[in-house]
Amino acid sequence: MVEHRACVDCLRRAWLLADLGPYVERIATGEVGSRSPELLRLSNEELVEVAAPKVAGQLLARTAALSEARLSEALEQAGCWACCRHTDVYPASLRDAADAPWALVGRGSPRLLDRIEPFETVTIVGARRATSYGREIARELGRELAAAGMIVVSGLAFGIDGCAHRGALDAGRTIAVLGCGPDVAYPNSHRSLWRRICEQGLVISELPPGATPWRWTFPARNRIMAALAGMTVVVEAASRSGSLITTDLAADLGRDLGAVPGPVTSRASAGPNGLLAAGAHVIRDAQDVLDAMLGPGRRRIEHSGPSLGSELETVLAAVEAGEVTCDGVAAVTGLSGPAAAAALARLELLGYLDCSSVGIYTRTLLPSPTGSSL
Amino acid sequence: MASVLATARTFTLDGISARPVRVEVDVHRGLPNFTIVGLPDAAVREARERVRAALVNCGFEFPLRRIVVNLAPASLRKAGPGMDLAIAAGLLSASGQLEWERLAQVALAGELALDGATRPVQGALAMAEAARESGAEAIVLPAENAAEAALAEGIGVVGIEALGQLPALVAGEWDPPRPEPLPLRLDPAPGAPDLADLRGQPHLRHALEVAAAGGHSLLMVGPPGAGKSLAASRLPSILPPLALVEALEVARVASACGRLDALPGGRPFRAPHHTISAAGLIGGGSPPRAGEATLADRGVLFLDELCEFRRDALEALRAPLETGEVSIARAGGRLSLPCRFMLIAAANPCPCGRGETDPDCTCAPYDVRRYQGKLSGALADRIDLLAAVRQPSAAEIGGAPGEASAAVRERVCAARERQEWRLGPGRCNAEMTPAEARACALSGEAATLLADLYARQRLSGRAHDRVLRLAQTLTDLAGAEAIGEEQMAQALQMRRRDNG
Repeated sequence: MVEHRACVDCLRRAWLLADLGPYVERIATGEVGSRSPELLRLSNEELVEVAAPKVAGQLLARTAALSEARLSEALEQAGCWACCRHTDVYPASLRDAADAPWALVGRGSPRLLDRIEPFETVTIVGARRATSYGREIARELGRELAAAGMIVVSGLAFGIDGCAHRGALDAGRTIAVLGCGPDVAYPNSHRSLWRRICEQGLVISELPPGATPWRWTFPARNRIMAALAGMTVVVEAASRSGSLITTDLAADLGRDLGAVPGPVTSRASAGPNGLLAAGAHVIRDAQDVLDAMLGPGRRRIEHSGPSLGSELETVLAAVEAGEVTCDGVAAVTGLSGPAAAAALARLELLGYLDCSSVGIYTRTLLPSPTGSSL
Repeated sequence: MASVLATARTFTLDGISARPVRVEVDVHRGLPNFTIVGLPDAAVREARERVRAALVNCGFEFPLRRIVVNLAPASLRKAGPGMDLAIAAGLLSASGQLEWERLAQVALAGELALDGATRPVQGALAMAEAARESGAEAIVLPAENAAEAALAEGIGVVGIEALGQLPALVAGEWDPPRPEPLPLRLDPAPGAPDLADLRGQPHLRHALEVAAAGGHSLLMVGPPGAGKSLAASRLPSILPPLALVEALEVARVASACGRLDALPGGRPFRAPHHTISAAGLIGGGSPPRAGEATLADRGVLFLDELCEFRRDALEALRAPLETGEVSIARAGGRLSLPCRFMLIAAANPCPCGRGETDPDCTCAPYDVRRYQGKLSGALADRIDLLAAVRQPSAAEIGGAPGEASAAVRERVCAARERQEWRLGPGRCNAEMTPAEARACALSGEAATLLADLYARQRLSGRAHDRVLRLAQTLTDLAGAEAIGEEQMAQALQMRRRDNG
């Protein structure tokens, strides 16, 4: 295993950023913190001068006083490790950015970082306020891309992020990039997901252990997500969403952009639809991502669900046509209530359907052998 | 003659049961005075004025002596105006105006008007039963309560219109026949809501049938106006008819809560509003009163807008749901009330009611999470069945009426018979213990289906048993011996989902 070390200057930068949290928050909130990636290009002295001129001297002195022993002790106590831009293990893809983080603090398997290559890494972003459609797509994309050997990067947020992570954990590797210390599970209700990623994947951040999130730290972590991957895919996002900051940053770095099309009437799909109009790759499934990144047909996803009898085909078609309840399915197929219920249960078992906690069925991405709609 | 003592029997209502109270009346020389002792509440204390006026207006004499009325046992709190008649009778006897040797063998209950007429009391049925238990020969009560009290067998019941009828009754000049007892309606009254009104919606109908057949609690989720309340109110009509003892219990509860006349017959259906307090739902207060859960005993308790109910109210319902009785502990003692009801709940899929799949849904995801979190909290682990309800289409609403309640009820009764044969009298599949559930006969395919899902960790241990109970009910409805693959698949679809 490669020794992961970071030089003391780069680590001090991480601690300085955490100290600067509230000061940067004050000056960077004009456009919901969208200026933060620009601010992070500045050197320590410039940054402190811009953000906190009154206490500049104190902050710099405090940072300079941090000894190497104390820093590594803090990392060890939080169960974290760090690497910096002066070491070999620091991802090469991050070096492309002028505002690249000086040090990365991680929790989980550092080996994942060694292997990271832009052409094998996909960032999936999207709205926290996602529809069941978006969540399903994010989960399937995460699962199938991870199964095809890709590393799935996302931000552990509610909605699309969480689903992409969960899907990827089912089948392979995933990296969560946080806007707080890597040992801080934020949002708190994703604690168990955070723990699973720490165990099976990797959580990284440019902030030191224990750092709390600020509004400006999210656009800041978006630039890391954008730089890590060869392609950034937007599943669902409103027209003025933070996810679009990530795509802007990715486009600036010359990375590929992909977007999942949605109904033109859906506010949740306004962001990706706009990107599609501007020329982003159309992402209908994981195969589209692989084709766009690696070239058409270079890597194929082999799958198709088990074959279905005629009754199940009819029921599946009814769900695909927009019936989400058992009664609706029974009404359009002419089946009795019990028969429709049994058919839905079988389709759910076979992986064609998902059922929410309130009994609403949605189609998964698993294609049926005869299905033409997907 | 220094003093004259008379005793009479009466009752005070404690929850839905009547506690015997002995009224001792002592009249002796001294300054005119009238005192009631023995923990009377305000209504009992005011009996002095009613009794005084009633005696005088019926042509009796109110003794101008020192009168002490003691209500024994002295430690029991006495509530309500139902002791007027007993106090008046005791006073008449003690003052020598009524030669009633058998007074101590007769129970009396009733409120008096100032002109001596009797007014009905709550809990007449429970009082008549308590009178029988305590060995009284007969109970005398207001004529309006007579039919209700006559439901208690093995005790004489006399209904009187006014205090003035007592002398004739005591002298034996007037010997009224035993009043006809109120007819106990075991079936829903004709004209009660019928399941035929639910058009289309085959799955919802099926879910109701399964709920009724196995005694399973049901959660309906769907947009407002989709027919959830309509469906719930039809449930009593497809439940098996009341057994005689059950009907008597329903009548006892209704009588104690003073609404026996309003009982429509058949199983009760209660739909409390979601602003109800915990005490209103399971009973409580001082003196303790029965709550909606007890009023729904042997019937259906429908909680519409489940997510809007106060959390403490729903929490309070958990233990009663499990044990079938409410236990209220107060400083004055412990009170047990029956509440074996079926729980039916309804909720919207999200705060705005449209559901997340509807593009018009304006709910923030956090709100939806919190809202659906309420569904998975509180009562969720007591709920077996989930039915997603959708707005019926125009064709369905305009279509033919659905199958009538009577036909569905026949199937439900047949399924209940099979359960009683297997589990013992009065028991249903919803009450199966985990051991009993796992002992259900399974066909090979059904076992494979369940084991497959369980192995994939889509099912918790508790959910596993719940699916077995549901599948057993579906099998009982189908009249089959062992749970087949079809029934197992249906049960898997109809189960309440765990992750909320």
